[in-house]
Amino acid sequence: MDALKLDLSHYRELLKQYINTQDESALYEAEQISKRSIQHNISLEEIINTHINALEDIYPELPENIQHSMSFLLEVMISYGLALQEFQDLRETQLEIKSEISVAARMQNTLLSTVKPDVEGFDIGVVSVPANQMNGDYHHFIHHEDGTVGITVADVIGKGIPAALCMSMIKYAMESFPSEHKNPSEILESLNRVVERNVDPSMFITMFYALFNPAASTISYSSAGHEPGFYYHAADDTFEEIRAKGVVLGVTDMAQYRQYEREIHAGDMIILLTDGVTECRQGDRFIESEEVLEVIKSFSHLSAQELVENVYKHFEKLQDFHLRDDFTLIIIKKDV
Amino acid sequence: MNLTVDVQENEGKSVVLLAGEIDAYTAPKLKEALLSLTEKEGNKVEVNLEQVNYMDSTGLGVFVSGLKSTKENNSELKLVQLQDRVYRLFEITGLIDVIDVDKTVQGGY
Repeated sequence: MDALKLDLSHYRELLKQYINTQDESALYEAEQISKRSIQHNISLEEIINTHINALEDIYPELPENIQHSMSFLLEVMISYGLALQEFQDLRETQLEIKSEISVAARMQNTLLSTVKPDVEGFDIGVVSVPANQMNGDYHHFIHHEDGTVGITVADVIGKGIPAALCMSMIKYAMESFPSEHKNPSEILESLNRVVERNVDPSMFITMFYALFNPAASTISYSSAGHEPGFYYHAADDTFEEIRAKGVVLGVTDMAQYRQYEREIHAGDMIILLTDGVTECRQGDRFIESEEVLEVIKSFSHLSAQELVENVYKHFEKLQDFHLRDDFTLIIIKKDV
Repeated sequence: MNLTVDVQENEGKSVVLLAGEIDAYTAPKLKEALLSLTEKEGNKVEVNLEQVNYMDSTGLGVFVSGLKSTKENNSELKLVQLQDRVYRLFEITGLIDVIDVDKTVQGGY
């Protein structure tokens, strides 16, 4: 950062013009000098020095006491000059941090990337949008050789970067489980021990884990304190909350998880989400889950992917396009 | 978005009166106040949430830290007078089974 010199003769002429005429245009030009000086890192002392020199050029007979007062002013302004310098350094540091975070966010996207399964007889839609750069929500599909699909939806409590790092740990813990180990209750119990041992006490994870069997049209699932999803019954056009009991991961080492199973009928939908969906707020008003379901219903004629994207757009608009929390919505529709 | 934390010492227990919203911005303040109480060996801490109309999952994190701290310091933590929306969070997350949460009763061990 090299401090440039202010153009003394230009400054002198302007000052002279203003002293003689009090002309507005000279003041306007002074404002421009101020802006340019900041852009070019010209220090405050430099500006005051230029002013003193210009004044001495214009008035060679400048009284000595005025000259002294200028030296005094220079001294008084020193701390402001330093503060400005510090501000500029901080701004640069902030830009560096921002770019490092965006590198980390891209890395996280790669590490946690997952492929939406293509299953015959079903239509699956997924949307997951972080509130900030790093996503604390997590969803993952595991394709087993027998044709079943493991589906994880999770939310790390504690936001931002630590939450995102934690998610990577969870993913690798899950991948290290033996492949015959795929019952939702067993998986959550094992994961709970991993999280309990390895994660900071104020951080914990809510997770819904499902084993989806497309051939048999069944889904078995367990929940570790995760926001309940919904089941849509096409037959009578109603939604039912998918309740599953279980404490969040990482709070007690002895947690056990109940496993539930249900059959999926033609035209039915399974809706999995994180609390970013149900905790949406419009100004001071909360969006009730009935409203979320209404919106889902209104788009239910669309394909699963178009459906989730439209629901997301709807709530994004309601919240003035500023998400308070990460937003993840997965919908599995059984073809009619 | 604000939270006031008022601590009163009352007959051998610490009563924490909260008012406002508990979210990522206010949670650090609550955490500091809560842990300083649960870290006192054998202390009984009662948190009154009657005036808390919003809490997000960050708030749950604070109470989980508080719970862990009670185990290390042989102290007790109890949450009382929760509004429905806040209570629902403890219910969904299964935390009502591990933290002493009393939705209705006013004070008292």
